[in-house]
Amino acid sequence: MDFSFSEEQTLLRNSLSRYLADRYAFEDWRKFTRAGEGRDPAHWRQFAEMGLFAAPLPEAVGGLGGGAIEIMVVMEEFGRALAVEPFVSTVVIGGGLLAKSGGALAEEWLPKIAGGETVMAFAFAEAQGRFNLADLATTAKKQGDGYVLQGQKSVVLAAPWADQLIVTARTGGSQRETQGVSIFLVDKKGKGVSSRDYAVTSGLRASDVIFENAPARLIGEEGMALPLLEVIVDRAIAAHLAEATGAIAMLMNATVEYAKTRKQFGQPIGKFQALQHRIVDMYIAQEQAQSASLMANLKLDEPDGARTASAAKAALGKYARAVAEGAVQVHGGIGMTDELNVGHYFKRLVLLETLYGSPDHHLRRMAKLDQ
Amino acid sequence: MDLSFSPQEEAFRQEVRDFIAEASPLLPKNLGTPEQARRSKDEYLVWHRLLYKRGWVAPAWPKELGGAGWSVTERYIFATETAKAGMPTTLPFGLGMVGPVIYTFGNEAQKKKFLPRILSGEDWWCQGYSEPGAGSDLASLRCRAVRDGDHYIVDGQKTWTTLAQYADWIFCLVRTDPNAKPQEGISFLLIDMTSPGITIKPIIVLDGAREVNEVFFDAVKVPAENLVGEENKGWTYAKFLLAHERSGLASALRSRAALMRLKAIARKEQLDGQPLVRDPDFARKLSALEADLMALEFTELRILSREAKGGKIGAESSMLKVVGSEILQRISDLAMEAVGYYALPHDLSLGDNEAIGPDYARGLASRYFNQRKVSIYGGSNEIQRNIIAKAVLGL
Repeated sequence: MDFSFSEEQTLLRNSLSRYLADRYAFEDWRKFTRAGEGRDPAHWRQFAEMGLFAAPLPEAVGGLGGGAIEIMVVMEEFGRALAVEPFVSTVVIGGGLLAKSGGALAEEWLPKIAGGETVMAFAFAEAQGRFNLADLATTAKKQGDGYVLQGQKSVVLAAPWADQLIVTARTGGSQRETQGVSIFLVDKKGKGVSSRDYAVTSGLRASDVIFENAPARLIGEEGMALPLLEVIVDRAIAAHLAEATGAIAMLMNATVEYAKTRKQFGQPIGKFQALQHRIVDMYIAQEQAQSASLMANLKLDEPDGARTASAAKAALGKYARAVAEGAVQVHGGIGMTDELNVGHYFKRLVLLETLYGSPDHHLRRMAKLDQ
Repeated sequence: MDLSFSPQEEAFRQEVRDFIAEASPLLPKNLGTPEQARRSKDEYLVWHRLLYKRGWVAPAWPKELGGAGWSVTERYIFATETAKAGMPTTLPFGLGMVGPVIYTFGNEAQKKKFLPRILSGEDWWCQGYSEPGAGSDLASLRCRAVRDGDHYIVDGQKTWTTLAQYADWIFCLVRTDPNAKPQEGISFLLIDMTSPGITIKPIIVLDGAREVNEVFFDAVKVPAENLVGEENKGWTYAKFLLAHERSGLASALRSRAALMRLKAIARKEQLDGQPLVRDPDFARKLSALEADLMALEFTELRILSREAKGGKIGAESSMLKVVGSEILQRISDLAMEAVGYYALPHDLSLGDNEAIGPDYARGLASRYFNQRKVSIYGGSNEIQRNIIAKAVLGL
């Protein structure tokens, strides 16, 4: 058993964390997330040059042949920096789906993903569907040698920045059936696609997207995509868990530091036992969260990978909230301000708790997978 | 034991309901919407003025000073009915805080000058208690007032000053004897916000609203007649005020109204084609929350009945604050959870994405973030637990 990182993985982490410290400080983040399109596209190009996007992709398509650990390393650092770049929807979801399904579409798009030449957003959620990936009212039907899409998707993260959308839709079956789910690649700027763009909490942007006879290209097999979808979403979950541990680490550091320096009643507030115990519980939650992220990432290809991902997602949601709410409480009034970074990590962790399913959703899935 | 109200009390309840029915159309349209936190000064005062006209603006004040002259039970009925109907509350700074301090400890001239204007809403008051270095440890405050003839000269800073941007007056705890023990060198001073040397700097909180401010005092001249009570006895008045602040009964009633709104959302949201409210997991969480709330309602009633019989409310208010704040936070959390992904666009610090998702999702994430404050302000929940440990349990 060995939980240490390889030399290449450590190198990847160090170069990324150096870049983020220099170019992606909280004050920079505040500026670019609140102006114009809400991001600085220069970062995306830089990340491509650093090899972040190629790292987890197969060598045959221009990747570096890494996997979940490389993604985990990147996402931990992104979590520490509150990064907004859609690495997961582009590389983990887009890259993952295309690499698994192969074919001409994969040959065309994987090198572009590796090179940072495309931004992809994942349009899977629908208003009625909550967290059920199969609860789809969006439909696709064959037209010529392609398909056309009809329907509406909710809160598609990073869609305002994307040139391609990965869209789930029904080619058959009834609304929540396992059979009949397909996945498509859609040109965001193509005809039949319209969107309402907006800001979402913790500095991200999203869209509600409407498809009206929008031309779409099938990824993988028609009507049989749900199992693949679940596998890839579990990979996205594992990646976002790593992101959460990065944010948790920042909140823990800030809280311990504040408890040591903030003085009330003639001593640092960290000397008060009531606060000590709360902060210790936060620390235990941090360690448990780190374990949850690791187990999800390391077991993705194991037979119990899905159940482990759900267990980790549910557990980490609880730990993240304990750390985030504790961090604000220990900071007191100052933790309530927009000026301090604490509140923004808090908001990111709340977003990550919802993304791809609440703890309740994943506890139910865990139970189902056990039967 | 008897849970019923007398016929007179029921008649009073009807009177309150009639008043609410008449007042409702006159209230600002944005009540209960996310813009509520961004109300203008005038919008804040509509409800206050309606109550003032009716003679009901100060339920707890003595009748001869302009109070409503209600019994404790009538006050509770009024609070119940207004909370149920989703009416706003009056701001506490004048009516609930400085007013009682002035009529309990102030001189005749101060009562005559300030009380009528608090009742009418002509003067907006804000609270100058916390400082950057004096939060939970309020007695360590450093804002100084030095006597200079018939004036005090005030230098220092206050923070977390709620809605100071609208205030005409601020009541301040200031240090008048730097050599005494912390609690013994503090005075209670009333300061005109238009005095030269005062500057206000906004603090933007997690929901993006300008709810609180920093207030700076640079050689501000304050007439000595604005000292309340005796010099260096301010800590006594400050503690009196804090107990008043915390005894805000009827937090359970506000939570009850919020829980009803949450249930309405859970009936509209879907999970696998069923209303969310029928999901066993969500329903169980709702029930667990409501069970705690129902117990809190009875805890409030027990304290109320003790008060009605002439008992004094002491550290019980700390218990109400701990339980009440935690319930408020859980409701805001479940409401955010209920709307799933559509909670995420409704962080008002980014602007109002009004047309996105169902209308009931608006502002829910912001409310959850904003509600973190209720376990921090007015004495953090850690401080409230310390008070109970010491004052109730003798630990």
